[in-house]
Amino acid sequence: MNYIKIFFNGLIKENPTFVLLLGMCPTLATTTSAINGMSMGLATMFVLICSNLAISCIKNLTPDMVRIPVFVVVIAAFVTILQMIMQAYVPAVNAALGIYIPLIVVNCIILGRAEAFACKNGPLESVFDGIGIGCGFTLALTILGSVRELLGAGSIFGIHLLPETYNILLFVLPPGAFITLGFLIAIVNKLKKA
Amino acid sequence: MKKLESSLTNMVVVLVAVALVTGGLLAYVNHVTAAPIKAQAEKTLADGIKSVMGGKTLTVASNDSVKKQFDSKDFIFIVHQVNNAQGKPMGAAVESTTQGFGGDLKVLVGFDKDGSILGYTILQSAETPGLGQKASFWFQKGGKGNIIGMNPVKNNMTVNKDGGEVDAITASTITSRAFLKAVNQAYQAYLGGSTDAESGASKQEHN
Repeated sequence: MNYIKIFFNGLIKENPTFVLLLGMCPTLATTTSAINGMSMGLATMFVLICSNLAISCIKNLTPDMVRIPVFVVVIAAFVTILQMIMQAYVPAVNAALGIYIPLIVVNCIILGRAEAFACKNGPLESVFDGIGIGCGFTLALTILGSVRELLGAGSIFGIHLLPETYNILLFVLPPGAFITLGFLIAIVNKLKKA
Repeated sequence: MKKLESSLTNMVVVLVAVALVTGGLLAYVNHVTAAPIKAQAEKTLADGIKSVMGGKTLTVASNDSVKKQFDSKDFIFIVHQVNNAQGKPMGAAVESTTQGFGGDLKVLVGFDKDGSILGYTILQSAETPGLGQKASFWFQKGGKGNIIGMNPVKNNMTVNKDGGEVDAITASTITSRAFLKAVNQAYQAYLGGSTDAESGASKQEHN
């Protein structure tokens, strides 16, 4: 029961994108299409689960004064592993996300969860927190990517839904990311109050 | 278990231990994935060469790196001389890079022996999605700015706006110019590269 609560806390109550407003750089930059947004979310979730687990396992072995460097090294190691695996087995996704994969190292969601959750809770709770926050991030990025792709390119996940004449190019460009994100946050806030 | 104190020894030991463990882990993953990564890169290039040369059975005879100057800037090209199924030279696929709208635009262009364009593919681009990204199909056969079959010597391969014969991508003139510049420069590199290859071939005849 407790684990389910941790999961939904990350997915909805503390959704990293819509509520905490963390990790805005990949959120705005990689959501030009639904598939890119989802890939970025899944990549971040992988690193988040692994780093949460590792950090909560070594939390008592880490002296307080050097905890940040230790966390960053652990996170960087998982990101590098992820990048090598992606280059080897899914090069197309790796090419689409480009520089944003190595930049997961400095994503404040991951270091934030390490500080706020993993270094205070047990390994299993930390894994569920990673899954919850990761799913929340993936869901947010997929929705954002879908809206931008639908309005900007007339398709979702590459499936054409709207004819080309109705495409609003702005939504694929950076301003579209800000506009879409603003409206989505407004909708989420409204739903939460209701 | 009690938390370790922040004494100097503890901190040094923990940092060194974490660095060693992660370093070892990374070395292992690198060892495992190095071969697949190399294979992927080679496969991407081989598929690219096949698609720009017309998809027939072919072999790559040589891969030369060609350095050329345009507007007093150095450009590096890689010329892949290609033989057909009978082992006769059929032209070359040339890797060419120019500055696009959002960053480097790297294309692979296939030329036949007369220098006519057989096909192209975009290897790397940072163009705007929905605009410049259309370059991957815009200039293909059946696309609005079809360049397949054109010859950089016989045809004026610049965009309409600059008095050329190629229709630029709507609202992406900079990308279109960069793309055509890459194609034209690739042709120059091909001319330069093919003389090298001929000297190589004549050497083989002596043997």
